[in-house]
Amino acid sequence: MSSTTVSLKPTEGQAFRRSRVDVWSVFFTGATGLATALILAILAIILLNTVINGWPAISWRFLTGGTQSDMFDVNKAGVLPMLLGTTARVILMTIFVIPVGVITAIYLTEYAQNTSPFTRIIRSAVNNLAGVPSIVFGLFGLGFFISFVGRGMDAVLRSGQPEPLWAKPAILWASLTLAVMTLPVVIVATEESLRAIPPGLREASLALGATKLQTILQIVLPQALPGILTGGILAVSRAAGEVAPILFTGAAYYMRDLPKALTDQFMDLGYHIFVLSTQSPNIEKTRPILYGTVLVLLALTFSLNLVAILVRANIRKRARAGH
Amino acid sequence: MSWFHRDTSKRMTAEPKDAKRTIGWMGIQRGHQARPLEWLAERLIFLTSLSAIVMIFLIFLFVTREALPVILGRMNSAAVQPVIPVDKLDSLKPEELMLYLGLTPSEFASKDRATIKLLMEVKAEAAAEVTTDKDAKINTTQWRYLLLPYQWSGYDKPEHIWQPISDIRKYNIVPLLVGSLKATLVALLFSVPLSLAAAIFVSQLCSAKLREWIKPAIELLAGVPSVVLGFFSLIVMASFLQRLFGYESRLNALVAGIALGLASVPVIFSIAEDALTSVPQAYTQAALALGSSKWQAAWQIVLPAAIPGVFAAVVLGFGRAIGETMVVLMASGNASIMSWSVLDSTRTITATIAAELAEAVFGGEHYRILFLLGALLFAVTFLSNLAGGMVIQRLKHRLEGGA
Repeated sequence: MSSTTVSLKPTEGQAFRRSRVDVWSVFFTGATGLATALILAILAIILLNTVINGWPAISWRFLTGGTQSDMFDVNKAGVLPMLLGTTARVILMTIFVIPVGVITAIYLTEYAQNTSPFTRIIRSAVNNLAGVPSIVFGLFGLGFFISFVGRGMDAVLRSGQPEPLWAKPAILWASLTLAVMTLPVVIVATEESLRAIPPGLREASLALGATKLQTILQIVLPQALPGILTGGILAVSRAAGEVAPILFTGAAYYMRDLPKALTDQFMDLGYHIFVLSTQSPNIEKTRPILYGTVLVLLALTFSLNLVAILVRANIRKRARAGH
Repeated sequence: MSWFHRDTSKRMTAEPKDAKRTIGWMGIQRGHQARPLEWLAERLIFLTSLSAIVMIFLIFLFVTREALPVILGRMNSAAVQPVIPVDKLDSLKPEELMLYLGLTPSEFASKDRATIKLLMEVKAEAAAEVTTDKDAKINTTQWRYLLLPYQWSGYDKPEHIWQPISDIRKYNIVPLLVGSLKATLVALLFSVPLSLAAAIFVSQLCSAKLREWIKPAIELLAGVPSVVLGFFSLIVMASFLQRLFGYESRLNALVAGIALGLASVPVIFSIAEDALTSVPQAYTQAALALGSSKWQAAWQIVLPAAIPGVFAAVVLGFGRAIGETMVVLMASGNASIMSWSVLDSTRTITATIAAELAEAVFGGEHYRILFLLGALLFAVTFLSNLAGGMVIQRLKHRLEGGA
């Protein structure tokens, strides 16, 4: 008698619980959903705050104006020198990083054996390079490019002249430093797009008598072009906003003229935001140009990011269809 | 066709195991057309693929190279150096003179005796003028002054002090380490719960349609440049938080930590989400079939299976937060106070390097100690990345093998 009641009780309890709304389920879904919403809300606040405060400052004069008169003057200062400086260093960087990144990705997908320890070391080096703090890249640029390579070039090419030409901060060294920093971005994106190409395509080419290199150059690479493009765009958008690596390798606090040679310094959007928000003589007065500059930088990086995300989504969809 | 590369010959063609495929000089093989150019191109591809390894190695080499004199204790930052009287000029060896006057051999050779004598007089006068502080004779770049507290003259107890621009230059790095750890800890306390919850929601609980919108949106947060995050926390968030909590110092480790947290949210989210998604669907389906609710399956089945990945996400988020520069440079207040309170103005390793390297004398002890901090930062992030990467590899291997 007593044993039946004991065995019945839990069943009753469970039936009772199931009939109600599952409180824990609602709570858990709600809490995690709330966390997600909070992240998105903060992102939205950052963007809205910038757009609302920055939009009034945007004008044709602001976008095409220079800093010849006074870079803290709200009515005269423009962002053209910084915009050009950032664009120039990013384009230079692309020229350095794309070939190296794409070739490394080709080796990793087309030649390397995935299981060999050597390939694993390359992969782990790529991952680690992606995690090196940006300020360490700045130190590296100063210690390697400027005071080793630059000084070496001065000693060999211009021996006897007292003024250093290469052993000083320059747009060339800033771009090279950024190229080292964005190398993993290009490698990973290119690798992904190379892997998305169906192996049948390669096999067909090989079966028709093409060599491996011909297959890669004429069949695989054209197919992977959108992915390589994505890698380039992602690298550019990452590099465009980085300030720490160029602090000691090329960015100038103020320059009268635009950079004309590879050995010139340059003004930079991100560094200018830092200058305007920490060194301004009157932060309240210069606020409009500060917000305007932030809006220009955000518009630049976000539009690049958006393009990259769209292209990548397209590649992933195609990869899923192909396999 | 597969004459040019041993690896591919194994992979691409199914050939009998006993077939002899010797690869001759420059890839030329009997019965095939010689293609030395392709052989060369492929060697070049291989060499280029080493770039990442080379770069890691070069970063390590050149950042530590600049810090080497400090590491080995070869720098001397003492404000007062022992003075050699001018009349002892003739009894000194040229090498000793060179060292004493800080001249290179070529500079030394170009100067006559009178100039040398003049230089020694200048040096003696300069030494007489500097402070008579008892600490002036101390070489502050020695390891014990870098790490241990010391009672400097004018202080009533031994303290850790970072004060590179003063009569007695003090380079104790402990306040900076504490500052970095403090800001990073706040960042992780803020970002880990938030991004893990978001990762669980996006990967397990929400509908597929919602996921396609939320994931790119959070990835977009990674596209916000750190200088913009720094600007936002300096101009907007600092005032907001101060009004909310009413603390004294407007810029402090709390503001910097939350801003750093925002920077590490995308990292932690995307790695954790990836780990949770890579748990085989069958696990969830089995749990649901046994009558569990969706959150029970997520919390009790999927999360434990993916816990190494979550751990790796936290480790990599730590690496991101401790290495972030512009955010802390702008939002932390930058006072190098030795304090564990998150409401005090704080100075981190990264911000110190960014703010002081431009002013430091090229090749001087301040310059070298900043490189030492950089080398330390590199070592810490390298190890955390290595650990995080290994954990993820192992997890992927296990889940894919066990599926």
